[in-house]
Amino acid sequence: MTPVLEVKDVTVRFGGVIAVDKASVSIEAGELIGFVGPNGAGKTTLMRVITGIVKPQQGSVTLEGKDLTGLSINQRVRAGLALAQQIVQPLRGMTVLNNVALACGTAKTANPFKAIKSFDKRAERATALALLTRVGLQDVADNEPSKLPLGYLKRLEVARALALKPRLLLLDEPLAGLNQSEASSLADLIKTLNHDGLSILLIEHNLREVMRVCPKVYVQDLGKSLAFGEAKKIMSRPDVIAAYLGKG
Amino acid sequence: MAYEITLLTTMSISVLFALSLNFITGFCGQISLGHAAFMGVGAYTAAIMMKASVSLLVAIPVAAVFAGALGLLVGFASLRVRHDFLAITTMGVVFLFVGVVRQQEFLGGEVGISGIQRSELGRTGFLLLCISLAALFAGFSLLVKRSWLGFVFDSIADNEDVSRVIGIDVAKYKLFAFVVGTAAAGVAGALYAQHFRYVGPDSFGFVESISVLAMVVVGGIGSVWGVMFAAAVLSVLPLLIQFVDDYKILVYSALLFSMMRFAPDGLAGIVNRSMNRIKGRSS
Repeated sequence: MTPVLEVKDVTVRFGGVIAVDKASVSIEAGELIGFVGPNGAGKTTLMRVITGIVKPQQGSVTLEGKDLTGLSINQRVRAGLALAQQIVQPLRGMTVLNNVALACGTAKTANPFKAIKSFDKRAERATALALLTRVGLQDVADNEPSKLPLGYLKRLEVARALALKPRLLLLDEPLAGLNQSEASSLADLIKTLNHDGLSILLIEHNLREVMRVCPKVYVQDLGKSLAFGEAKKIMSRPDVIAAYLGKG
Repeated sequence: MAYEITLLTTMSISVLFALSLNFITGFCGQISLGHAAFMGVGAYTAAIMMKASVSLLVAIPVAAVFAGALGLLVGFASLRVRHDFLAITTMGVVFLFVGVVRQQEFLGGEVGISGIQRSELGRTGFLLLCISLAALFAGFSLLVKRSWLGFVFDSIADNEDVSRVIGIDVAKYKLFAFVVGTAAAGVAGALYAQHFRYVGPDSFGFVESISVLAMVVVGGIGSVWGVMFAAAVLSVLPLLIQFVDDYKILVYSALLFSMMRFAPDGLAGIVNRSMNRIKGRSS
């Protein structure tokens, strides 16, 4: 079976610094994989390679067998990739509901000529409300994002990503900045989404939650793939522990 | 009556010109400090054609095409630079336009092109044409605002990077805004050439670019009704009050500054807020 996402031998150099060194990871349909590693491991860089913000010097990224090389971020999103960013970026000028409704209308927003002929927003608003209900934001649908706390905005990022009906959801540190109860309820939501069939790659520093919700983890250290497999086994490996805590 | 016709014609041309900038700056969030250059391209194109006895009605679409073509070029620049850098780039366009026009003999050089023949429409017919074109573009703007195009423009004006993350091809939308906005400015230019029956390099410089920006900001960036109102009032103010005519750039700059400082959402914002307050009190 073709994996949903396949990253093969990706290398990224910034001047003389090798940020990612021949990293490879693949995600099968329906998997939830925790992508972990200590600070400076090159997680964000690899994520940016997947979204197309950073161009790798070597290697390839394919989504359901389709080579993503050369595609811009919006083309990758239309190919089936959705991203919830670490630093939340709601569209502050519109309501929470419209933030999600706009993302629901990808068929209408493909180009300006299609967009100018489309007026009805009811179907997209209804879908958006359903998605907001799913992430627990139905009560603030008509609010402006600027007035909401971080925990809500993180959920809004997830709802907006779901609106794109992705084949793969990339979550970049969704739990960062949240308190323990907020983090664990968002992690539960991620688990539920995966149970419903969505393939998810979760980049996260909160190891406790990653271990709790992710069956498999991919560990990267100093830009290299260090380990990939069942979460409990991998995290008890001496080389993985050493990467986090240093060698004794 | 002739005076009133002149006033109303001036007003309609300004409304169309201001709405054309509103399409780019107000709707799509792309600042332009050189919008008069596009009006100039339209005006010169139409002037040359009318001097060659081509009908105004033929000159208008050609002026729109020429201005829109330059708009497409500048639009490409907007894909590379943003915010203040885009402001500087568009400012460069207007200086470049004036600089080039001054040197061209076939464009009349410093003196410009005068003695443009009156169109077959007559004064009243021409006024009706100006009003219809301004109304047409206003209607189009209102339609766009309600459509998904307006929805996407809102998101690009808000945050381009987020728009990309939700699958929007920002480049296509920006180019669309630039082409439509500058083509409409070209139409306003053609009308201007017919109205004054003279075009010169100084009519389409930086001062005019700032004046039209002042109309958009005073009316309320993005608000069709606000911009129409501000353009109508500000365009005839210099004709009605001598002081404003003498110190036009001073008055417009002061207005621009005060609006940016005290009411960045313009007259439309002030009206909206007051309406909400009244509604809040009565409910």
